[in-house]
Amino acid sequence: MPSRGVVEAQIAALPTHAQPPMRELGRRSEAASHPYKAATPAPRISVPAAKPLEHAPLALIDKVGRREEVVAACDGARALGVHPGMAATHARALVSDLDFRPAEPEADAALLDRLALLAVRRWSPIAAVSPTDGLWIDLAGCEHLHGGEERFCRRLLAFCRRAGFTARIAVADTPGAAHALARFGRGDLIRAEPGATASALAPLPIVALRLAPNALSAARRFGFETVADLLPVARGPLARRLGLPAITRLDQALGAVAEPITPREDAEVPLVERRLLEPIGTAEAIEQVMGDLLRDLAGVLQERGLGARALRLTGLRVDGTEQVVALGTSRPTREVPHLVRLLKLKIERIDPGMGLEQFWLVAPHTEPLDAVDLGAVLAGETLVRDPARLVDVIAGRIGPRAVFRVAPVESHVPERAVARSDPNETPGPWPKWPRPIRLFARPEPLARVMALMPDQPPRRFEWRGKTYKIVAGDGPERVHGEWWRREAEVWAVRDYYRVEDEAGGRYWVFRRGDGFEDDTGDLSWWMHGVFG
Amino acid sequence: MSAALDSFAPSIAHLRTIATPAADYRVMPFGIDALDSRLGAGGLRAGALHEATSRSAALVDDAATTLFLAGIAAREAAGAGGPVLWASCRADLYAPALEQAGLPSANVIYAQPRDDAALLAVVEDAVRDGTPAAIVAEASKVSMVATRRLQLVAADADVPVLLLRRARGLNQDVFAEPSAAWTRWRIGAAPSERLGVAGVGRARWAVECVRQRGGEGFSLIVEGSDETGRLAVPAELGRGAAETAGTVRFAAA
Repeated sequence: MPSRGVVEAQIAALPTHAQPPMRELGRRSEAASHPYKAATPAPRISVPAAKPLEHAPLALIDKVGRREEVVAACDGARALGVHPGMAATHARALVSDLDFRPAEPEADAALLDRLALLAVRRWSPIAAVSPTDGLWIDLAGCEHLHGGEERFCRRLLAFCRRAGFTARIAVADTPGAAHALARFGRGDLIRAEPGATASALAPLPIVALRLAPNALSAARRFGFETVADLLPVARGPLARRLGLPAITRLDQALGAVAEPITPREDAEVPLVERRLLEPIGTAEAIEQVMGDLLRDLAGVLQERGLGARALRLTGLRVDGTEQVVALGTSRPTREVPHLVRLLKLKIERIDPGMGLEQFWLVAPHTEPLDAVDLGAVLAGETLVRDPARLVDVIAGRIGPRAVFRVAPVESHVPERAVARSDPNETPGPWPKWPRPIRLFARPEPLARVMALMPDQPPRRFEWRGKTYKIVAGDGPERVHGEWWRREAEVWAVRDYYRVEDEAGGRYWVFRRGDGFEDDTGDLSWWMHGVFG
Repeated sequence: MSAALDSFAPSIAHLRTIATPAADYRVMPFGIDALDSRLGAGGLRAGALHEATSRSAALVDDAATTLFLAGIAAREAAGAGGPVLWASCRADLYAPALEQAGLPSANVIYAQPRDDAALLAVVEDAVRDGTPAAIVAEASKVSMVATRRLQLVAADADVPVLLLRRARGLNQDVFAEPSAAWTRWRIGAAPSERLGVAGVGRARWAVECVRQRGGEGFSLIVEGSDETGRLAVPAELGRGAAETAGTVRFAAA
C-alpha cells in the first residue's frame, strides 16, 4: 500500500479538475495524520449461524407469507438438495430424516447483537450488526493492534470456529463491497486490494449489491447479471430503469457515496430521558425536570449497584440546539436530594431560549456503590460524618480546585511543609514545633536589627516602617537548606526565633546564616509569620 | 437579719431565672468560669453567628483573633465528630499552627472562594448542608442582610458560624456597622507573662465581648488556646483584676 506522502504526491501531480475527491480514493488511502484514523480499510465479517455437525441434516423452517419455507439449511442438507426458499413440505418429501426446527429470528438477532457488543469492546470501537446475518467492523486504524488485517481475520475465523460458527470474512475499502464479497465472494477470507474494489466486485451477481426485489427483477429483465454489466452503463438510463436507490447502492459499494457505520453503543452508560409536552423555560420547571430525571437515574443506578461520579444534563431547545451542563461528585452517589441541589446550582447556566422540550441525563462516569457496613455504631462508636457531600456542594459553587485539605509534606522548610490535597482524604499530623498561625508567602526583610551573635534573638528591629522593641525571645530553631533540591541550598541555614515585643505581639523571625560560616547565609533578618 | 436573707435567697434565685431569657438552645461553654459566667446562657449559643474582629489592623491582633475562633471551632469539632470548614479568600493561614490550636488537618476542610460574595454563599450552602461541625469564615465585606441570613440558617441547622470580620479600610470601624450576630468580640494580643528564664510565655489575648444578646459586654485577659482549643485565665490575675471594663453580672450574689 502506498504511503500517505506518495498518494499526496500523485494527487498533486494531477491537474486540479482531475484530482479525485477523497471518497473515490477509498478509505484506505485517506490521508490522515492521527494514528487512530490511519489509512486502512472498512472490512466486514459475516457470521452465518449454521453448524457443521456430525448428525442428521438440519433445516430451519419459518412462515414466509402464507406458506412454510426452509429459511436455512446446513451443509449436509444442502448436499441432499434442500435449499433456502424451498417449501417445507417439498423438503420433507425430499429427505425423510431431515431434522426440522422452527427458526428463531429474535434469538438470532439477540446473539448477533451480543457479538456486536463483543466486537465493540474487543476489536474496534466502530462495529455494528448488518442485518440479518452479519457484522460490520471498521478496522480503520485498529488493525495494527491485532497484528495487521490478515492476521486479525485469521484470528477472527478461529474465534468463530471455537464458538461454533461458520464465518466468512471480507475486507474491502467500503462497507458495501465488504458486504457483497463476504456473502458472494469465493472463499472464507477475501481481501480486496486497496483501490481494486471495482474489479473485485465485477464478477459478483447483482444480488450482492443489496438491491430491492423490484430493482432485481428489473435488472434481470434488462439482462444485467453481474456487477460488471452495470459498471459501463451510463448513470442516467440506469437510474431510469432500476431506480435511484439501486444507483446509490452501487455507489456505496464502489465508494462514491459514503456509508457510515453507526456503531453498536455500549449501553453501559446509564441514561434517562424526558420528553415534554410543552417547551419549558422557567427555572422552577427545569428544576422539576431535573428532580424527575434524577429519580429515574437513581433507580437505574441502584439496579446496577452504581453511584454517579459525573452527570451530564442535556436540554434540547426548540431551535434544535443543545444546552449542556455537567457536574462531578467527589464520591460515587445516587442520593437524589443531594444531586438535585448540585444540579440546581447550574440552572443559571442553561439558556432556555424559546423553550426546552427534551432532556437527557447521562452518568458518563460511574463507580460501584454498595451498602456500607456501619461498623461499631450500634455499640456506641460515634459516626464520623462523611465530608463528600459538603465538598460537592462547595465545589459546585466555587470550583473543585478551591476546596482542599492541607496535608503535611516531609520537609523542615516551613513553606514547603504544607501541600493542598484531596478534601476527602484525611491527612496526618505535623511535628509539634511552634509555628505561626499566619505564614507569609514571602519572608519580609527586617531593617536595623540589633542582635547578639551568634545565637541570640534580636533586641530590636524595624519592620514595615515601624520599630519593634523585643522583650522576650525563644530560639534558635535551625533549619538547614535542602541540598538535594538546588545548588544554592547546599550550605544554607536559617535560624528561627520566636520573639515578643512590648505590646504583646509575637513574631517569627529568622536570620540567614549560622553566624560562623560565611557560606551559610548573609546574616540578613527576615519576618516570616505572626503568632496569635 | 441573716434569717431574713436566707428566706429571700430562693426567691432571688427564682427572680433570676425569670429575668434570664429561657435558653432552649444548645450552648458551647468555654470551660472557664470567668468567661462562661458573663455570657448570657453560660457559653456561646451553638446555632448562631458569632463575630470577632481584631483590635487593630496589626497582623498580631488578626492572628490572635484567628486563634480565638479556631479554639472555639476545635472544641465544637471534638464533640460533634464533623469537620470544620474554614472559608477564606486568603492563603496565608498556616495549617501546622492550626493543628497546635486543636484543629488537626484531618478535621479541617478549606475553601478559598474568589471574593466575599462567593464566600458568604459557600458558608450558607455549607450550613444548610449540615455536615460541618463548625464554620469559620474570614470576610470583610459583610452587610447587615448577610449577617441576618447567616444567623437564621445557623439557628436553623444548629451549626456555629464564626465570622472573622476584617475592617475594609484603615479608618473603618467594624462595630459601627449593624450586625445580626449573636455575639461580637474584639480580640487583641496582650503581653505574655515574663518567665524567670529567657523565653516567651503562653500567649495572652485581650478578649472583649462588645455585644451579646441576653447579656452585657465585658472584657478580660485570657491565656491563648492550648492544643485542645481550651483557653485559661491567667493565674496571678484575680477575679476582680481580670475585669477592665463593663459590669459583672450578678455581682451582688
